[in-house]
Amino acid sequence: MQTLEEFRQSTRAWLEENCPASMRTAMEEDEVVWGGRQAQFKNPDSKLWLERMAAKGWTTPTWPKEYGGGGLSKEENIVLLQELQRINARQALNSFGISMLGPVLLEYGTQEQKAEHLPKIVRGEIRWCQGYSEPGAGSDLASLSTKAILDGDDYVLNGAKVWTSYADKADWIFCLVRTDFEAAKHSGISFILFDMQSPGVTTRPIQLISGASPFCETFFEDVRVPAKQLVGKLNDGWTIAKRLLQHERTMISGFGLSASNAGRKPDSASVEGVAMRVRGDTQVLSDAVLRNEIAKHKIDSEAFAFTSQRSLEEAKQSKGPNATSSMLKNYGCELNKRRYELLLKALGTQGLGWSSKDNSDFSAQELNTTREWLRSKGNSIEGGTAEIQLNVIAKRVLGLPDMPTLTKKGV
Amino acid sequence: MPMVLNEDQRMLLVSVRAFCQENAPVSELRRVRDEQDEDGFSRALWQQMVALGWAGMTIPEQYGGFGFGYTGLEIVLEETGRTLVPTPLLATVLLCGTLLNLGGSEAQKSTLLAKIAAGEVLMALAHEEGPLHNPVRVATKAQANADGFIITGSKCFVLDGHVADQLIVVARTSGEQDSADGISLFLVERTAPGVDVQRLDLVDSRNAANIHFSNVQVPKDALIGELGSGYSILEKVLDVARIGLAAEMLGNAQEVFDRVIEYLKQREQFGVLIGAFQGLQHRAAHMYSELELCRSAVRRAFSELDGAQEEIPVLASIAKAKLSEVLEDVSNEGVQMHGGIGMTDEFDIGFFLKRARVAQALFGDANFHRDRYACLNGF
Repeated sequence: MQTLEEFRQSTRAWLEENCPASMRTAMEEDEVVWGGRQAQFKNPDSKLWLERMAAKGWTTPTWPKEYGGGGLSKEENIVLLQELQRINARQALNSFGISMLGPVLLEYGTQEQKAEHLPKIVRGEIRWCQGYSEPGAGSDLASLSTKAILDGDDYVLNGAKVWTSYADKADWIFCLVRTDFEAAKHSGISFILFDMQSPGVTTRPIQLISGASPFCETFFEDVRVPAKQLVGKLNDGWTIAKRLLQHERTMISGFGLSASNAGRKPDSASVEGVAMRVRGDTQVLSDAVLRNEIAKHKIDSEAFAFTSQRSLEEAKQSKGPNATSSMLKNYGCELNKRRYELLLKALGTQGLGWSSKDNSDFSAQELNTTREWLRSKGNSIEGGTAEIQLNVIAKRVLGLPDMPTLTKKGV
Repeated sequence: MPMVLNEDQRMLLVSVRAFCQENAPVSELRRVRDEQDEDGFSRALWQQMVALGWAGMTIPEQYGGFGFGYTGLEIVLEETGRTLVPTPLLATVLLCGTLLNLGGSEAQKSTLLAKIAAGEVLMALAHEEGPLHNPVRVATKAQANADGFIITGSKCFVLDGHVADQLIVVARTSGEQDSADGISLFLVERTAPGVDVQRLDLVDSRNAANIHFSNVQVPKDALIGELGSGYSILEKVLDVARIGLAAEMLGNAQEVFDRVIEYLKQREQFGVLIGAFQGLQHRAAHMYSELELCRSAVRRAFSELDGAQEEIPVLASIAKAKLSEVLEDVSNEGVQMHGGIGMTDEFDIGFFLKRARVAQALFGDANFHRDRYACLNGF
């Protein structure tokens, strides 16, 4: 048995040898690796890095070895993350398969399903998308109406999904469908997997207020899906759906953290750095009101980061993941939205460009800020709206009662 | 950097909470107010707390303390904050105990720290000179003479000023007003000739006094630390006090919040429990979230006091700014969400609101600490 220190040394040596130099620099937006059948590697080192990490199972360090994972203990995983961070290594593979589907497959999938899908997720061979929201089922997700009707050994799917991130680039989808039309709405839903190349699947990208986006509309017309691709029990998909949402919320709550890397000197990209540059300030930000708001935001960001850390330590000390994930998701999103509002105030009219005709009106960074400001408005809508998160906190954490009239109708 | 309590600390929490709920509930503050208690707190109750080790929590063992660390005091301050019980913890232990420990001579430490830990002395820090927290604004003068120093000037809002046996006075021995240089710290007997103490009657029914010093003679060995460089000690003491007060404020806010949630589950209107109304649920959920951030800010600051200590100034301002902001909101909601009964004196919730505003103002309010945070971060 290796000690942790031995593991650290061997990991460090391996990374030293195998992590290409260009993978130790800040990630460019267009070099993020998503894998899949149509995988693109703008930088050839990205491909090499993915292959090497996948061969070790370190794209999914804690998954069992039998499915291609790294088989690391929690402690070893922390060491690995620290060592990756130490050399500023890029994430080898970004994937909804890793962050969302994998954990629930490990928990609910059959032996066959795990053996079929997990190794391909580890190696980045199949790119997944999430079929949850529908035009008529947003916050009230359980009212979804995409139908799956059994016909021989297949389910036949009809319906539409919306806000399907990267549906146009994904190979497979994990999807919520209605399989019982008589039962109460939470009890007639199943969780099913299928190939996006199946006949009858079409996708259409969505243009947002901020411009182009990864979101799509996805339509299913008589799509045939083998019944064995249903995960968990028939009509028990809601349990899996909620579990997966917890993983998603944990992921989204990371948004707020980026604002909290408070070095004690303003760097040029920080809100205060931008505000001072635009105003020509050198020592103290001259707009006292904005300065107070920025300080308040940064204080909240730091307290938020402390809370994420405390939540991790509490989970370790006691029961495991708790209801604070709703609180963290919600607060993290609000912090990100506030940060962009402050950036816009900091920039003045330089934050109000849409595009740069002759490359001189607005800098790329300024234009990006404007688009990201618009995009941030979705943070408190996607993955459960702010209002839903507040409902969850009120009911599950604080134990406040339901409205009796609504409860009678089974809402 | 532990963000959770360890086994020993959790056991301490259980016993401190039990003691406060049984022996020092909110009715104790009501008694002090209604009886116009001359001391402004119960000396008998304080001796019980001393016997439990609360006064010596942060005092090193060599000076008669228990060396349990600041985390022990965090627990005590939060729990006494929950019941609002008036004690000498802030003035004697947190302010003066810390100051002597950081800046006192061997002789000063061995006499006074041991007495603090044993509950044999009450102390007060006389530093403010105006209605807004400003630690460098020191006009009170101390002039050297053959016997030591002569102190002249006025101090305001001195916590426990009228009951303290010993005062620590912040005075200027050189330099301009508003300069950090030239500030010195002196031990002064409260009953020394020339010391005039006027007790204040405050909204929160707690102790503070205005003190005038006219030609007060103190000996040479009354000086704490180096002549003219007392500010570096004072600044650290104030940061410890800010963090400690933030813990008290967390207890206050948490108690108000818990009472509000209880009430939402009991009170019926329109035939339903009012806790079923989304308008109230969302406000409660917001408060919960903010309180979680407050708890983390306080916990992080205390773990720094017992740990690396490098980030204390920033963490003190984070904690005090955050708690001042959130406690203001929570204390207001405490009254509002209780409706009419929340406005009555018979009901306790008003006590929390009154204490909240005093605690917010002490050692710098939210705006003071946002400004300080910005300065510490270079903007």
